[in-house]
Amino acid sequence: MNIVVCIKQVPDTADVKIDPRTNTLMREGVRSMVNPFDTYAIEEALRLRARHGGRVVALSMGPAQAERALREALAMGADEAVLLCDRPFAGSDTWATSLTLAAAIRRMGNVDLILFGKQAADGDTAQVGPGVAAHLDLPAITYVRRLVGLADGRLTAERLMENGCETVCTTLPCVLTAVKELNDPRLPSLAGVLRARAAAITRWGAQDLGLAPDRVGLDGSPTRVVRIFAPPARSGGVMLHGTPAAMATELAGRLRALVAAPAGAGQEAGA
Amino acid sequence: MSAAIQIDADRCTACGACVTACPFGALSVDGVAKVDAALCTLCGACVEACPCEAITRAEATQTAVAGIWRDVWVFVETDDAHIHPVVFELLGEGRRLADALGERLVAVLLGHGVGAFTTALVAGGADAVLAVDRPELAAVQDEPYAAVLAELIRRHRPAIVLCGATPVGRSLIPRVAVLTGAGLTADCTALAIDPRTRHLLQTRPAFGGNLFATIECPTARPQMATVRPRVMQAAVADPARRGEVRLEEVARALLTARAVRTGYAPDTSATVGIADAAVIVAGGRGMQKAEHFRLLEDLAGVLGGGVGATRAAVDAGWIPYARQIGQTGRTVAPRLYIACGISGQVQHLAGMSSAEIIVAINKDPEAPIFKIASFGLVGDALTIVPLLTAALRQP
Repeated sequence: MNIVVCIKQVPDTADVKIDPRTNTLMREGVRSMVNPFDTYAIEEALRLRARHGGRVVALSMGPAQAERALREALAMGADEAVLLCDRPFAGSDTWATSLTLAAAIRRMGNVDLILFGKQAADGDTAQVGPGVAAHLDLPAITYVRRLVGLADGRLTAERLMENGCETVCTTLPCVLTAVKELNDPRLPSLAGVLRARAAAITRWGAQDLGLAPDRVGLDGSPTRVVRIFAPPARSGGVMLHGTPAAMATELAGRLRALVAAPAGAGQEAGA
Repeated sequence: MSAAIQIDADRCTACGACVTACPFGALSVDGVAKVDAALCTLCGACVEACPCEAITRAEATQTAVAGIWRDVWVFVETDDAHIHPVVFELLGEGRRLADALGERLVAVLLGHGVGAFTTALVAGGADAVLAVDRPELAAVQDEPYAAVLAELIRRHRPAIVLCGATPVGRSLIPRVAVLTGAGLTADCTALAIDPRTRHLLQTRPAFGGNLFATIECPTARPQMATVRPRVMQAAVADPARRGEVRLEEVARALLTARAVRTGYAPDTSATVGIADAAVIVAGGRGMQKAEHFRLLEDLAGVLGGGVGATRAAVDAGWIPYARQIGQTGRTVAPRLYIACGISGQVQHLAGMSSAEIIVAINKDPEAPIFKIASFGLVGDALTIVPLLTAALRQP
C-alpha cells in the first residue's frame, strides 16, 4: 500500500497576537508547527502501513523552512519526504495548491491512498483535500473519524457530519481527510528524530512537475486577497457582581430580555 | 511576467508600516523596504498598509472576464425531508446581492422527489428554481453532485454560486470549483458587491479568527463561496412570490459515484446538536468531571440549546469529540454562547468568537474569555449554572 500524506506547516495559533496599536499580526516569536489535523493523517498512514505494508511519503508545499514540518513526519515514521518549493508557487490559493499537490502525486505514480488533515489551522479552508481529489479524478471521504475496513481495493470509513455519522464505501485509490477522533498521534521516538535529522528531503519545483509558471502560484490562482484587517473589537461587555444567586438572577433577567428581542439586538448588549 | 511585490525606492520613506502589516514576516527595512521573496505569499497586506503608495503588486497580464456570466445561485442542501436552514439565510443574502447586480436569484436543487421543496425556495426569495431530479441523487454524494453542479454551471454560466459552509457544502463545493476553474472562498462571514467592478467581495476569518481577509476573483467565473451558517439573515417567507421552476436533464455518466454512502447514524445524545443550535452551553476544564456536564445539559434544556465543550474537556473524556468547539473541533455561531469554566484560549475562541452574545462564567477574573464576553460572571460555574437554570425556569 503506497500512501501519501499531505501536510502543511502553520504558525502556532496560540502565539498569533494582534498588535493593539497597529491592529496587525505580530510575527515575532511565532513558532511554526505541523498543522494539528495533519498529525492524525500521519498517524493513520503509519498504522495502515503497519497492517498492510508499503510506504508512507510525506508531501508538503511551502517555503524552504517547511522542511521542518516534513522532518517531524519523518521522525514519526514516514519513509520519505517531498517538498514542493519554488518561487512560482508563491501566492497559491487553494485551487493552485491542489493542482500543484495533484501534479506531484501524479509524478510519484502508483499511489493507493492520499491522506490530509480536515483543514489547516491558518487558512481553515478545508478545500485542498477535496480539491486534490477533483484534480486527480479520485473519490474522497472527508472528515474521517474511523476506518471500518480496507480489503480487496475497497475502503469503508465513518465520517463525522453535522448531526451524525455517515458510513461511506469507496474504491481505491482515494483521498481521505482526517478529524481528531480518528486516532491518537504518536510522539516521535529518539531514533526517529535522529533518522529524520539525517534524512534527505526531495525537492521539486514547477519544472519537475511539468507545470507552466502561469498555472501555479498567484498567477494560477482564481482568487486574490484584497484586504487583511483585524476583527472588530467586541466591546460593551458588562461584568455582573454580587452573590452567585444575585448574579444568576440578574443574568436570567437580561437573557430573557435578549431572547425576546430580534436577532442582532445582542450586538448592543450592555452598551 | 509573473506576479511580484514591487517597492518604489523613491517613494519609500522606510517608515516600517509594511513590516508590521506583513502577516508572513517577509518585509524588512534597511534604508528602504525589502521583500524576502521566499516568505512572501503575495497577499498584498503591505500594499494596503503603505502610507506612501510605494508598494504595488504587479500581476501577470490579466484577461478580462470572458463572456457573459450572470445571476446569483444558491445550492440547496437537503437531507431526506428537510431543506437545511442555511439555505434560507443564503437566499436572504443572495437576494441582496442579486438586487445589487440587477440579476436573478436562482436556487439550485439536486435530489430525488424534490418537487415539494420548490415553493419554500421561491417564498424565501428565489426568482427561479433549477432542479435535477434523479434517484442517483437521493443522498448527497460528492462525485455525482459535483459533476451535475459543474455541468449546470457550464450550461448557464452564473456569476456567483453560494453554498452553506456545512460539512456537506465544504466537502462538495471544492470539487465543483476545481471542475469549473472557479475561485472559491471558504466559510465567509460577509459578502458584498464592489459597486465599481461588480465583483463579489468575500470576507472571512483566518488565523483562527485573529485576522479577517477580503477576497475577490478578478477574472475567474463563477465566483464561489461557502458561507458560515447562522451569520446571514434569512428573508421572511413570502408565499405570494412567484418563480419559475425548471427541471434539467443530465447525462447518466455524470451520476456515477465511486465513494458510496452506505449508512447513516444520527447523533443520539439527549440535547440538540451544536452545529446549528441558536443557543450553546459549553463547558471547559472548570467543569472538573463528566458528571458535571449534566448541569450544562439542564441549562441547555431550559434554553432549547445544545451542549458543547473545549478540547480539554473532550480530551479528558467528559464528552464526545462531536461536541468539541474550536480549532480542532467545530466552528459555531449561535445567538447565545454560555461559556462555563472556560478560560478562553485562542484555539477555543477560534471556534466561537462570532457568537452574537457571549456569557462567561469563570473563577479566574483574569481569564481571557472575559475580554470577549457580553456578560461576565466571576465565580464557580458549578455553583452558578444550577442557580441560573433555576432562575430561568421561573415564569
